[in-house]
Amino acid sequence: MNPEKPLIRVRALGKRFGEGCIRCKGVTDPEAASNRCPRCGTIHALSGVSFDVYPNEALGVVGESGSGKSTLVRLLHFEWTADRGSFHIHRRAVTGPMTETFFNGDEYSYNLLDISPFQKRQIRNALMGIVYQNPNLGLRMQVSSGGNIAERLIAAGFRRIGTMRERAGGLLEKTEIPVARMDEAPSRFSGGMQQRVQIAKALSNNPLILFLDEVTTGLDLSVQARVLDLIRSLKDELKLSMLVVSHDLGVIRLLCQRTLVMKSGCVVESGLTDQILEDPQHRYTQLLVSSRL
Amino acid sequence: MITVNDLSKDFTLHMLGGKTIRACRNVSFHVPKGGFLGLSGVSGAGKSTVLKCLYRTYIPSSGSIVYDSMILGAVDLVTLGDREVIAIRHKEMGYVSQFLQVIPRVSAVHTVMEPILARNGVTRAEARERAEDLLRRLNIPSGLFDACPSTFSGGEQQRVNIARAVSWKPRLLLLDEPTASLDRNSVGVVLGILRELRDQGTTMIGIFHDKDLMGRVTDRVYQMA
Repeated sequence: MNPEKPLIRVRALGKRFGEGCIRCKGVTDPEAASNRCPRCGTIHALSGVSFDVYPNEALGVVGESGSGKSTLVRLLHFEWTADRGSFHIHRRAVTGPMTETFFNGDEYSYNLLDISPFQKRQIRNALMGIVYQNPNLGLRMQVSSGGNIAERLIAAGFRRIGTMRERAGGLLEKTEIPVARMDEAPSRFSGGMQQRVQIAKALSNNPLILFLDEVTTGLDLSVQARVLDLIRSLKDELKLSMLVVSHDLGVIRLLCQRTLVMKSGCVVESGLTDQILEDPQHRYTQLLVSSRL
Repeated sequence: MITVNDLSKDFTLHMLGGKTIRACRNVSFHVPKGGFLGLSGVSGAGKSTVLKCLYRTYIPSSGSIVYDSMILGAVDLVTLGDREVIAIRHKEMGYVSQFLQVIPRVSAVHTVMEPILARNGVTRAEARERAEDLLRRLNIPSGLFDACPSTFSGGEQQRVNIARAVSWKPRLLLLDEPTASLDRNSVGVVLGILRELRDQGTTMIGIFHDKDLMGRVTDRVYQMA
């Protein structure tokens, strides 16, 4: 895969909740107080977000709650459907049953927002992994850790039990979960361990793209450091591209070289992470940076 | 190697009603390949601002910084795209700050190894050897190599920081008071390391608190008003 070509290309991505009206535009932009139209009540969760993520790059996304960070992840992970915009993955990156379809087009020919739900699932199973802030969303708490990983492996096309157990064991080892506890359910684990099982599950299909949605929020400091250390080492080892959503600027500084700053569903500033933190340009970014501990 | 022309940097503070603060103005200098330029001036004259503009941590307000890149040819760092800046930082340009940015759970020796491993295509063992050599030269006790620098003293942290920045032998090195928190002994070692780097072709631009020291290592000094 050519490192100079974006792996992911997102253009003018939009999502709103409500019908919208003619007055919406202008009263819901980042300069306004909120992204909810006072007249029709429509919430503009994302309004025209564009960015690229390159191979083996971690792109940070920061912003206050309600700025659209999680909406962005949910749209790209096909959990919600977008209203407008485009989402392309470089055709070279596509593997699995979709390869042939993609190979016929040019580099970024298929808008992934337009393909069928079945195809979306195939793309997700073959190329994506996700780690949520809340392990309840990413794991089945009553099913064993190994079973959680196997579920994803089956979705990605694995069939032999022996192979799957071996792979699950390897992943748990990599995320520092004792393999002896592979058959225990995550409900019996601590929060930090659950988060690491979630990471193991997210990595099980060898994804190219990993979505991290506030992965360290709510973990205590030592566990947070452990999870971050793990993510840092896995990124380079597995050549992952990551979208790192966090409101913790320290996490972004540690993991990402480039960062987007979001406010009211728009990207108000993007740039090198150290530049965003030390020479923020936009009014909102200046407020955000000056508010950190 | 690098030509700065009429560089100015203003900060616009939106939270103070858009007030503008001028950090440096009309800075111009040229550093030839292999040269070592010192930046001098009173506190607040904008020395660090210039270095941060060169590293593009700050976005310059006007002027140009033409850098002869090995990978990209002659580029203006003021207008260069983020991805290209990242590539130049990765392959050519290093920066030594005044303090170490500690990475949680990463030991001193790994802190120094990381940049070598990420770039030079050497084995882990070789990288470790080179990192240990540097730390030993900088008088970090070998018992501390595998400890996390967050527990180190200020001077020790700064020596790890310098080791991390020079370990991969960058082509252009920016130094922001690297020796401010070091004792006389360590300063001597650091100067030795910088001289060696220069002999191997590294171009440098640096700020040193101590005038005497600045005179000893640099070959030209740019006075900032």
